Formats: sequence, C-alpha cells, structure tokens
Amino acid sequence: MNHEPTLSKLRDKFGADGFTTSQFRDNTRIVVAVEKIFDLLQHLKDQSGFDMLADVTAVDYLHYPNAADRYGVIYCLTNTTTGERLVVKTFVNDPEPTVPSAFPLWKGADWMEREVYDMFGVVFEGHPDLRRILMPEGFASFPLRKDYPLRGRMERHNFPSIPRSES
Amino acid sequence: MAIKPNENFLITKLDWVANYVRANSLWPMPFATACCGIELMAAASSRYDIARFGSEAMRFSPRQCDVMIVAGRVVMKMVPVMQRIWLQMPEPKWCISMGACASSGGVFDTYAVVQGIDRFIPVDIYVPGCPPRPEQLIRSIMDLQDRVKATGTMFGSEFKERTASDRPRALGLEVTPSEQMVSPGDYQTSTQEWNR
Repeated sequence: MNHEPTLSKLRDKFGADGFTTSQFRDNTRIVVAVEKIFDLLQHLKDQSGFDMLADVTAVDYLHYPNAADRYGVIYCLTNTTTGERLVVKTFVNDPEPTVPSAFPLWKGADWMEREVYDMFGVVFEGHPDLRRILMPEGFASFPLRKDYPLRGRMERHNFPSIPRSES
Repeated sequence: MAIKPNENFLITKLDWVANYVRANSLWPMPFATACCGIELMAAASSRYDIARFGSEAMRFSPRQCDVMIVAGRVVMKMVPVMQRIWLQMPEPKWCISMGACASSGGVFDTYAVVQGIDRFIPVDIYVPGCPPRPEQLIRSIMDLQDRVKATGTMFGSEFKERTASDRPRALGLEVTPSEQMVSPGDYQTSTQEWNR
C-alpha cells in the first residue's frame, strides 16, 4: 500500500518535522507529539478518508531499553474505501498521562479508550464517560502497567467470604 | 388392640430416609465458566450420563438445586455473582469445585482470577484435573453421595455445627517485594527463585 498521498498531505499541513514516520514490515507508523495528536487524527479522518478507528491501545515502556517516554498510546486507523491502514502513535508521561479523546471523531473510541484507561491509567480528556470497563469498580490500580506486580496487589482478597454456617 | 401391620411396612430412621433420597437426587447447578463446563456437559450427556447417579436434572435456577458445580476459573468480578447464587440455593446444599482453576486458580495466577473459590464460599469436594475427565466428576458425585449418606441429618444440623470458617485463609502476602516487579528484557526477575 502506497501511503505517499496521505503522508504528503500530512506534511503540507503539519510540516516535514511535525511528525516522524517509521516502517515495520508493511506497517507504516506515524509518531506525533501529544499536543498535535487530535489535529492529526482529525486531518486523517477528514482529508484522507480514514473513517474507521480499528483500535486504540497503549504500551508501558517502563524499563524498556532506550525508551524516552513512559506510555505510548496507539491508534490504528483504516480507510474502508481504499483499505489503507495507518498506525498513529503518541507518547505521554507520568504523573498524569493525558491524551485528548478521539471520541468526537470516531464514536467507536468510547469503549477502547475506557479499556486503555482501565489497564494503563491514561486519561482521555473530553471522553464522555471515562470509567473502568473490565476491572471491578473498586479496583484501585492499573494492572497492565509494568510496575504492577505479576500476581496482583491483593485486590483479590477484598471480597467477603461466606463460611458454611452463614449460608 | 394391637396394630396389625401389612407387608408394606417399614421401620427406619428419618435421617436415613432423608439421606437416601437426597443422595440419589443431587441436582446440580452448573456454574460453568470455562472448559471444565464442556466436560460437565459431557458428564451429563449420554456417554457418561450422571443421570445414573440421580444428577441428571441440571437446573439453571439456583432455587431448585442441591449441589453447585463450579467448573472453570472464576474472575474477581464473578465472585459476587457466585456468592449470590450460592446463597440463593436452598438447604441442604453442597459445592463441588471442579478442576484446577476453581480449586486453586490453576495456571491463571493473574490479577483478575480468584485463587481458589474456597476462599469465598464453602467447598465440599475438590476435583483435580485440567479439565477433569467426566469419570472424575462422576467419582466426586459418588463421594458426595457417600458423604451425604454418612453425615447427613434430616434438618441439616451437620451444617449448623460448623460455625467456624472451613476455608483456607487468604494469603498474607502474594509475592515478595523482589518478585513484585518485572520488566521487559529482564523477565527473569519474576522467576529468579527458580534460576538459583
């Protein structure tokens, strides 16, 4: 898939140094600063026809070799007319990792951003209903962060136990 | 005037009668959450046929069940559901923990999975296996029948005596601090005890 028309339009809008691109096999990735992520996504949707947000996910780069930032938030976009696919990536950091919500662009971002918030604690500003989607409401931490212990922080013991005499 | 019994006359203990009918009509509540549920279905179907032991009537309403068979891993969010179903079942009731996951968490030692349902509800019979074969489940039903026949009482007083919790205690600390962190490229930190 030739991404050159899309990328040249992006360069016209954001400048050649407004973002960086990289290639992994047949994946083209765009890395952009978090201040520009919403404008870039909006441009891709309106000008290049990326009408489907296939996935929103995140990566915790804690202790990752040569990583400068902690959280990577990744948007996988699809143009359902041409079949073009792009991966857009941005980085955020502690203590308050915040990304503008893509919900105004794609309604499908709703639950995917809630999942990223649930697992990584990345806050999506402007999300209409940002609360946990997978873990129980009382869960206090973000289990896919790399500093979360492999076997949990004893959240599993907080439920009441019913002995035989009480049941 | 002496009573003259006819031949349809039997003298026995009420406890014995109650145990006899209870043990031979243990209706299961299939709390099946994973692959153990498939084996549970196989145990109920014609080839293995737990109907031979009086357990053929899988009731999907807890109010009509005698034994809850927890088949599969139980995640944290499922614990209140499991407890509510357990409390909705009428006495006398028993619980079979089927498979490694329900009994101990199995391979799912993660943040979301309960490490043994006996921390949260009382369990009478544990069935090992991943998943257990239907024969093992049938064996557990037979063991439960033996238990009901041996210890059961008409009014369920064998349960009332057990005021203390009979479950294993929750672990005080799940992991040591040195094990708590794991990082990419350094993944052996989580298994350093094994590498020594």
